[in-house]
Amino acid sequence: MLIVISATFFMVHAAPGGPFDDERVASPEILQQLNDTYNLNDPLLSQLGNYLLNAIQGDFGPSYKYPGRSVSELIFSGLPITMELALYSILFALFLGILSGILASLNPGKLLDHLPMSVSMIGICVPSIILGPMLILTFGIWFEILPVSGWGEFPGDKVLPTITLGSAYAAIFARLTRGGMLEILAQDFIRTARAKGLNETRVVLYHALRGGIMPTVGFLGPAIAGLFAGSFVVETIFQINGIGRYYVQAAFNRDYTLILGISILITFFTLTFVLLSDILATYLNPRLREKGSMN
Amino acid sequence: MKIFIIPIFILSIFISCSSQDSLDVESANELGILLLDNGTEPQGLDPHIVTGVTEHKIVIALFEGLTMQNPRGEGVIPAAAESWQISDDGLQIVFNIRPDAKWSNGDPLIAQDFVYSWRRILTPALGSRYPDMLYAVKNAEQFNKSEIKDFDLVGVKAIDSKTLKVTLKTKTPFFLKQLAHYATYPVHPGTIEDFGGISNRDSRWTRPENIISNGPFILDEWSINKVIKVKRNNNYWGKADLKLNGIHFFPIDNESTSDRYYRSGKTHNLYTIQTEKIAKYKEEYPDQFKLEKYFGTYYYRINTEIEPLNEINVRKALSLSIDRELIVDKVTKGGQRPAYSFTPPSEDYYNPPTQLDFNPELARKYLADAGYPNGEGFPEFELLYNTNEGHQKIAQAIQQFWLKELGIKITLTNVDWKVYLDRESQGQYQISRAGWIGDYVDPNSFLDMMVTDRGNNKTGWSNKQYDSYVTKATFANNEAERLKNFSKAEEILMDELPIIPIYTYTRVYMLRNEVKGWYPNMLDTHPYQFISLED
Repeated sequence: MLIVISATFFMVHAAPGGPFDDERVASPEILQQLNDTYNLNDPLLSQLGNYLLNAIQGDFGPSYKYPGRSVSELIFSGLPITMELALYSILFALFLGILSGILASLNPGKLLDHLPMSVSMIGICVPSIILGPMLILTFGIWFEILPVSGWGEFPGDKVLPTITLGSAYAAIFARLTRGGMLEILAQDFIRTARAKGLNETRVVLYHALRGGIMPTVGFLGPAIAGLFAGSFVVETIFQINGIGRYYVQAAFNRDYTLILGISILITFFTLTFVLLSDILATYLNPRLREKGSMN
Repeated sequence: MKIFIIPIFILSIFISCSSQDSLDVESANELGILLLDNGTEPQGLDPHIVTGVTEHKIVIALFEGLTMQNPRGEGVIPAAAESWQISDDGLQIVFNIRPDAKWSNGDPLIAQDFVYSWRRILTPALGSRYPDMLYAVKNAEQFNKSEIKDFDLVGVKAIDSKTLKVTLKTKTPFFLKQLAHYATYPVHPGTIEDFGGISNRDSRWTRPENIISNGPFILDEWSINKVIKVKRNNNYWGKADLKLNGIHFFPIDNESTSDRYYRSGKTHNLYTIQTEKIAKYKEEYPDQFKLEKYFGTYYYRINTEIEPLNEINVRKALSLSIDRELIVDKVTKGGQRPAYSFTPPSEDYYNPPTQLDFNPELARKYLADAGYPNGEGFPEFELLYNTNEGHQKIAQAIQQFWLKELGIKITLTNVDWKVYLDRESQGQYQISRAGWIGDYVDPNSFLDMMVTDRGNNKTGWSNKQYDSYVTKATFANNEAERLKNFSKAEEILMDELPIIPIYTYTRVYMLRNEVKGWYPNMLDTHPYQFISLED
């Protein structure tokens, strides 16, 4: 985490232009004053040291672009929206991905396998920056059935961002589920279950799926972290006021503290979710569990 | 079967409605609340810190200066000051502050508040962007640049609680117009002192729970990126004439969202009409469609310190080969007008006599005179602009003009805003795109910029005669003489062309018919004291 902060810190300071450059040029005296106020004239290393010291205490500093607003305040105004978007997207991705993964694994080599798998290949390949505008064009402009931007402002405006952000992950989940399921379905205990005369739905959804979604669960952590990163693009396309938009704007404005604050948050989420998904995978998988308890 | 909970959940998102307490225009009309699309989220609401149009529109609802922009014309009218007397030499102005002018907490508005406020904006440590709005005041610039430390030397004194005496450095005919600018507005000294004192720019005094202001409205709610609500200030001196009960400002920085808000009756205005919809709206809603002059110029800035752009003939050739009519008709298409002067002309006030022709024949002659017949041997150079589709289209058009008419090749370079500003101020450019909106309607707000070594000149251009005309205008004895000097300066500028004007800005927007008292003017300022909602 320290590495990420330091790297971000030096990168934002290396970019040309500063937070106080404006079309209407301020006199050199004023710029000097502004830089003094925010300690931007100090050597970079001492700036970094000060920043880290404050950040550990939970103070991410003031925003340069919005005087009188602290970075924490800005982040907390946007975070709930980004989290909501990420949550809907992951649920959408899980539902669509697992469902089509199961369908495909039950019909290997048939149309119901090839169709979802080819669609998912497209889903992985088309980035959200293209998928978003395509969906806007189709559902928003041609058919005029869904709003093309906003979040919680017009009925149904949460649909397209959710699909745009979730699709790529739905596609990955579908492929992972299919692979996992095929492996499990070929195993002895499934044959036993079927031999016992259990109905197929119960075999698939109860016995096989528990093992079959393991790869998906394992990938959940990186996926959620990735969703946060992906939400930057989606929030910009759909004009959603989450932290992703702040991040992009902060980069354009050279709002150093805001960029750093959000970077720290994203790093924190990535590490946390990867850890959580590892724990969840251990819990779900009896084999991993036993290995752990034997040690 | 848990998996089936998920689709139900997703379905519920898909049909979930917004739970916003937003008003529609019909109910807002009855409540007397104006719903304004205000572009983007303001940087802040401290009149001494903020810059920008969005901020301006909210600040003038909350605060009031000595004078205010006349909504029906280009001059100013009394605001917090009910009258003023100017000495014969024009150097001293005595303002009489309204006896009934008060702060929103009931404190009287006194002359000392202005002295305090002007000290605040001129205090170097505050780092205000607009201290120069008061540079006309004696010693104000010296104080702001830390050359003098004693504020008593600055030309602003409270004679008694309702009389303010201002001493100017030189006669400044546009000073009263500058006083309508928010940078000169008063702030409540007690509140500023409670929140970190005069030089603290990061304080929370402008939050709804803390703010004390003297304008027609007070801040009621500030939800970042959602809405800013203001309501009637019952301590405002002019409350009897106030027709609105409140204003909601919506930060909507996406044009298509803006459009949807307006069409679904969530706002009274549409801040900017998307270019492709201008023609349609103009025809379908002629009574709501507004196309008004705006006090701004779009131009190309030339680095006059490098070869071959340091030659006047080259710059003339570049200007003469641009068909401005074609650019506004076919490229920008927003009702802009071709610019033939730096200062945007206003028929009834200042109409510079300059003309910039489209004459490729003559352009080629000038280029040949400069030693580059048919563009031969002319070095390839770069046109710098900040990344934006509109700037790109214009740049491409001009690239074609120069290639076709002069045989000059240029490359287009787009960079992000801060890189663009950085390169411009360091002089690391050859030609760059620029725009300027005047802060007050006076040629000085444009022409002063091109005086030798001014921070915003950025071209390296210097002309002694030009400088002297601008200075003479300042000292002129009457308005006609003043404008004549500005015209002379403008002629020199358009002859030497360190900048090439392209078009004059316009404001193209929609306004619902029930909004009355909203008059067109070049600063696009619409004081809310005059606005009412009627059917």
